[in-house]
Amino acid sequence: MTPILWGFSILVVIAILLPITYLIIRVMGAGSDAWQGLLRPQMFETIARTAWLAIAVTTVSAFIAVPIAWLTVRTDLPFRKMWAILTPLPLVIPSYVGGYLFASAFGPRGLLQQLLETLFGVTRLPEIYGFPGAMLVLTLLSYPYILLSTRAALSKLDPSLEEASRSLGYGNWSTFWRVTLPLLRPALGAGSLLVALYVLRDFGVVAIMRYSTFTRAIYVSYTSFDRSQAALLSLVVVLVTLVFLFIETRTLSRTKYFQIGTGQARPPALIQLGYWRLPALLFCVTVVFASLILPSGLLIYWLIRGLRAGEVIPSLGLIAWNSISASAIGAIVILLAAIPVVILIVRRPNKATLLLHRITYSTFALPGVVIALALVFFGANHAPWLYQTFPMLLLAYGILFLPQAMGAVRTTLLQISPNVEEAARSLGRHPVQVFFSVTLPLLKSGLIAGASLVFLTIMKELPATLILAPIGFKTLATSIWSAVSEAFFAQAAAPALLIVLMSSLPMAYFILNEKNVE
Amino acid sequence: MMTDSIAVHCENLIKRYNDTQAVNQISLDVKTGEILALLGPSGCGKTTTLRLIAGFEKPDSGRIIIGERVVADSITFVPPEKRGIGMVFQDHALFPHLTVFDNVAFGLRGKTKTEIRSIVGEMLHMVGLLSFSKRYPHELSGGERQRVALARALAPKPVLVLMDEPFSSLDADLRTEVREHVRRILKTIQATVVFVTHDQEEALYMGDRLAVLQKGHLEQIGTPEEIFHESTTRFVAEFIGDSDFLKGKIVKGGIQTEIGLIKQLVDLPLATQVEIALRPDDIDFQIDGSGNSLIIERFFRGAFNLYRLRLDSGQILHAFTEHTRILPVGARVQAHVNTDHSLNIFSA
Repeated sequence: MTPILWGFSILVVIAILLPITYLIIRVMGAGSDAWQGLLRPQMFETIARTAWLAIAVTTVSAFIAVPIAWLTVRTDLPFRKMWAILTPLPLVIPSYVGGYLFASAFGPRGLLQQLLETLFGVTRLPEIYGFPGAMLVLTLLSYPYILLSTRAALSKLDPSLEEASRSLGYGNWSTFWRVTLPLLRPALGAGSLLVALYVLRDFGVVAIMRYSTFTRAIYVSYTSFDRSQAALLSLVVVLVTLVFLFIETRTLSRTKYFQIGTGQARPPALIQLGYWRLPALLFCVTVVFASLILPSGLLIYWLIRGLRAGEVIPSLGLIAWNSISASAIGAIVILLAAIPVVILIVRRPNKATLLLHRITYSTFALPGVVIALALVFFGANHAPWLYQTFPMLLLAYGILFLPQAMGAVRTTLLQISPNVEEAARSLGRHPVQVFFSVTLPLLKSGLIAGASLVFLTIMKELPATLILAPIGFKTLATSIWSAVSEAFFAQAAAPALLIVLMSSLPMAYFILNEKNVE
Repeated sequence: MMTDSIAVHCENLIKRYNDTQAVNQISLDVKTGEILALLGPSGCGKTTTLRLIAGFEKPDSGRIIIGERVVADSITFVPPEKRGIGMVFQDHALFPHLTVFDNVAFGLRGKTKTEIRSIVGEMLHMVGLLSFSKRYPHELSGGERQRVALARALAPKPVLVLMDEPFSSLDADLRTEVREHVRRILKTIQATVVFVTHDQEEALYMGDRLAVLQKGHLEQIGTPEEIFHESTTRFVAEFIGDSDFLKGKIVKGGIQTEIGLIKQLVDLPLATQVEIALRPDDIDFQIDGSGNSLIIERFFRGAFNLYRLRLDSGQILHAFTEHTRILPVGARVQAHVNTDHSLNIFSA
């Protein structure tokens, strides 16, 4: 069994790493002329813009997420449960949908300006394009990553640690700063890293808000046929991503010692907010309004306006079908590729499989634009017959989302004791029979979960689809993009609504499950 | 040194959680310099009582006075950080992000660096961990964490030390050693201590006095000897020393029972039905073919044998014998009470 699994896994690794490796080698070997591109002021500006946006979004997100986590877990905030459910929901809004809705409302000649013009004759609003819009929208869409990680850490925190601080003479406030916050640091770090990676990877918001971070700069270079500059930028992104991943492994290894102590069964007493109840409530209302209610309202507004004007795309059915079929095929193929690799990693843990794990996981942080560009390069030079075909798009999806599929399968497989498989072996079954009669049925729920997750992620994917889709192959995501780039906001509403509804499904499932557990 | 001044005064404490009455009308005093053990089965309200004194819970009614100051009553509630207590938690609750030194220094506020260094040094020296000051909690063994927790609680010189099952997370062999050490330290600094345990042996060892709780009630409070020999309730007799209860009737000169007349001075009217609490050390027996009971089991306990006897009525009694005296299960024996001290007697 093992050699077969290895053979297959190596094929997967080659498929995943080939395009990126090819890109890196090509750029490295391009000669000193191309390297001059690194010294262009545009490169420094892009680096500075990306870093500045990532830092700003992460910081503001932390200032939104940590108070909400603390309020919903530890205090007597009114409607605590409701806020706990509502505040992570912005995760279901794809970034280009968020960008589109905010641009349509607050852009020049946008809804707000039109409204203010009729009422007060205001003809100009402060500029939303550029940094302010990108930061605002990215923050509202990505703060849930920090919220979820700090909230999980906070609810697992041993309450006697805070009580110990109280018994040593510190009040609620200084206990929070001296004990609670330092203990949340690993979770805060992990969440912040996710937010920073989100910003680094994001294409939708920065493209719509016209703020040239790496992803937009790469896309613009690519569409203006400056391919060497696009490749160079991609290389820098790959390096930056590697730095981020290195930081992540460092933070993870340092979090170990935060896990001592069993944690008591006693739930901590809720902290009485007193006079702070109203400000706390207003804070939650503001965040939920800006990140959830406002975008939903805008989406519904544009949908109604589009329906009234008869502007709904006539071929919506076909487009939705394209999205669904591409996502379904992608999900199945990626999952099938993930199973053997995961079995090898989980059931034969050694140094080689650990390396396999690291490698197959490493692409998760790369922006879709970069992957797509690497494939374009590779295809154009070595496989012109693959260029702009569906299999090439599938390969891009595979590189982007294999880590996600592997995660889902791995979690389930880890819960299946190898003893069960060994029992089947001892009862006379061949390893292959064991897999089909024991392992696979037990894996079913994990496979379904993994497949639906990958399905939805592919459906939301924009940049790789935009660059690699066969000519004339429109999906929900790309049709939103083309409608928004031409400012046909009403046309984008119907596909955007479909996508948001689809991505809400796993979140709804998650929330319902969580309730059942309680 | 124990004095008669009162360090903690609890009066009619009541605490409910939803439907359960966790603490029901508990009143007790802790004398300055004494170690008071709160003892009882799980769910008896001992931990809640401790947390009420600490200020982590607010009583529904009742009054708590620490020293001269009312810390909780119907209008006052002093938060835990203002009560001047030192608490040792069940899981130690050492701050994982701080070193041993910083953990112990955590409660020392408004002191200069030199003062802090000298106090922490003194505390770590006292618990024998001076060389560990740069380590982190995850680098310590269970017993070492326990001692750091104690040092941290004692460093600010609290007026009252509270301990919640402090030894329960330690291995059995370590526990005896650590608690001897801890008791010696507490006695050296003459600390006033309230400490919670479900382990009667630990309570008897550690406590100057014991308060036995059951279902939120204070059953009895007294010295270990009083609790053991003069149990005022059947629950206390049963919980401390694993008593069996033998039915009997008051007659002239003692109590008539299934195993004969037990000579006791009893202040009850003749013919009253009673139950006598008998512990394994109160019973002896000899092989006797026409005796009153059967050996049904023997447990070898190392230093002694514990026999389980069944009287003809079905009543079970337990008896200790020396470890060399091994008799076969199934043998008929004559059991009798073998003690001079007064027994705990309850009206049936």
